[in-house]
Amino acid sequence: MQISTPNSSREVLLEREIAREFPDTKGRYGLFGGAYVPETLVPALDRLSAGIARWLHDVDFIAELNDQLATWVGRPTPLTYAPSLSRLWGAEVYLKREDLAHTGAHKINNAIGQVLLAKRLGAKRIVAETGAGQHGVASAAACSRLGLPCTVYMGAIDCERQAPNVGRMKLLGATVVPVTGGDQTLRAAIDEALRDWVADPTDTYYLLGSAVGPHPYPYLARELQSVIGRETRAQVIKQTGGLPDAVFACVGGGSNSIGMFYPFIADTDVKLIGVEAGGRGNALGDHSATLSLGTPGVLQGCYSMLLQDANGQIQETHSVSAGLDYPGVGPEHAFLQSVGRVTYEAVTDDDALKALSECCKAEGIIAAIETAHAFCGASRWAKTNPGSRIVICLSGRGDKDMPTLQKTLLKGML
Amino acid sequence: MRAQNNGDLLTGHERIAQAIAAAAHRKEPAIVAFLTAGFPIKDQFIKNLMLVALNADVVEIGVPFTDPMADGMTIQRASHAALAQGVSLPWILAELSTLSTKLSAPLILMSYLNPLLAFGLERLPAAALAAGVAGFIVPDLPHEESETLRAALQAKGIALIQMVTPVTPPARLKALCESAEGFIYAVTMTGTTGKAVTSVPDSVVSYLQSVKVHARVPVCAGFGIRDRAQVKRLQPYVDGVIVGSALVEVLETGGDAAAFLKNLHVAD
Repeated sequence: MQISTPNSSREVLLEREIAREFPDTKGRYGLFGGAYVPETLVPALDRLSAGIARWLHDVDFIAELNDQLATWVGRPTPLTYAPSLSRLWGAEVYLKREDLAHTGAHKINNAIGQVLLAKRLGAKRIVAETGAGQHGVASAAACSRLGLPCTVYMGAIDCERQAPNVGRMKLLGATVVPVTGGDQTLRAAIDEALRDWVADPTDTYYLLGSAVGPHPYPYLARELQSVIGRETRAQVIKQTGGLPDAVFACVGGGSNSIGMFYPFIADTDVKLIGVEAGGRGNALGDHSATLSLGTPGVLQGCYSMLLQDANGQIQETHSVSAGLDYPGVGPEHAFLQSVGRVTYEAVTDDDALKALSECCKAEGIIAAIETAHAFCGASRWAKTNPGSRIVICLSGRGDKDMPTLQKTLLKGML
Repeated sequence: MRAQNNGDLLTGHERIAQAIAAAAHRKEPAIVAFLTAGFPIKDQFIKNLMLVALNADVVEIGVPFTDPMADGMTIQRASHAALAQGVSLPWILAELSTLSTKLSAPLILMSYLNPLLAFGLERLPAAALAAGVAGFIVPDLPHEESETLRAALQAKGIALIQMVTPVTPPARLKALCESAEGFIYAVTMTGTTGKAVTSVPDSVVSYLQSVKVHARVPVCAGFGIRDRAQVKRLQPYVDGVIVGSALVEVLETGGDAAAFLKNLHVAD
């Protein structure tokens, strides 16, 4: 049931994407996207769309956001040349250091922007979901900074494997609710956050952390995360005099990757490659490689690619990284795949962990396990494209992964 | 047995309207009873369905889904238990097609969108018609996204039932009510299914009254309806009530579903 788009309409669709025409008035990116939600949430999404139209490009709003990004988040984040990885891979490797953003990952770009917006919309409280805990920590921090109460839903399995982040959220004043229903990971956390929002759609603001969900969330996440790609593009030109040959980012729901890729969409000579979680194999249930191995359908508010069975039931996923462990993906990624602008591939748990270890030794940086997938994808590509200039979105730091790393890379070393 | 239908000549829309009108004739709200297909035990689906159909005016059959975002704990639990036993939309349609006794109560399928997409929107209407389905409720399909499915079902006379809620703005409420098919599913509160509505506040009454003003089809109130007192309280404002989680809990615990439903018929 793979979506096949004829070449001629692919070109037209890509031109429209470059012209910034997506999402269209129906919240779609070509076939993908839309807003599939219970009727109770329709007015709340309409208010959010109106709020985005009113505020996101407002001069005062932008000034306030930029001030928070500069003085609290720590932007711009550096673009770091990686000499040892360059030597090892036979390439010229640059790392976009989202790991150096406040709270340790790109998630803060979206969280601070949305909490500022929520305040403009008169929200009384914030609910958020989290997988790896990075969006939960970013939401807790942004809410604390701007004075709104925050409740974070987190799958019970994720609470365990990302225990340090649960503590951080609590310290930052958030209420953390472990979700024991469903698959007990990110998908169940989103379901539960949606149920909370359905109960109080007027005063509660749902701070969705990835480029997924009903319109306008994928658009909002893209706009707030595009700061990554905009900075990167300017930095790489300044530091090297030209554009990179290829840009890599990991893809779970797809927020760091859309933020990195979107400002490069019109640079059609720059290859854009998203790296998904290949887990422990290609059987349904053993991976989270939605774009590589999924089929189209509707989950949690949007039409996109999914991991599902023949009856449309969503399948459990597996990845060593909690942040990529999700059976759906942002609709704009499904679109970019369908028009051939971005290539998506999968990397196994073991290969991602090896890449994480390589980066630690070569560059003195502990990347998040999510991010390590992008490193592995980049190193493979570099070896078949010698001498290329490569940028990797170093989307987050690996401190939160210590419990998992103790059980994997560090096993036997202690 | 309640109101007999006139066989296969009537469309789904007409069978629903007739069933609700028959309740009005008895001077009580129609009872729309919900059960999750194949819960608690897959092999007892048809037996439970017959039992419920004999004691209700309309039957809503839940197609289980892994991610029922509009549902509370009871229906989540029922869905997962049904899925674990292998219940699926093709199985449900096949079971309904083999019913030897014609049910007088029209059948409505409640399904999230993705199982319908996986089945195929092209072949769904004919398969549903063959299984005797009179209508669909798709809780994650707002009106704006519903055109394809609505048109496909309409061609077979099957209703796509629209929900409205207390937070639906007035202009939207009017538009949704005016284009509604079968009956209007008036959600009594924000939140998921299954929470008890202990009283019916004045704000809900005025909301139901405004739904009624715009409605061209019957209005049925749902979410949180559990007992006879609530049905009586809602009676002046609606044409029917939908009882879901409370009935699922009766079936789950092996209670007397017939007695439970009979007690909700306030004219009895």
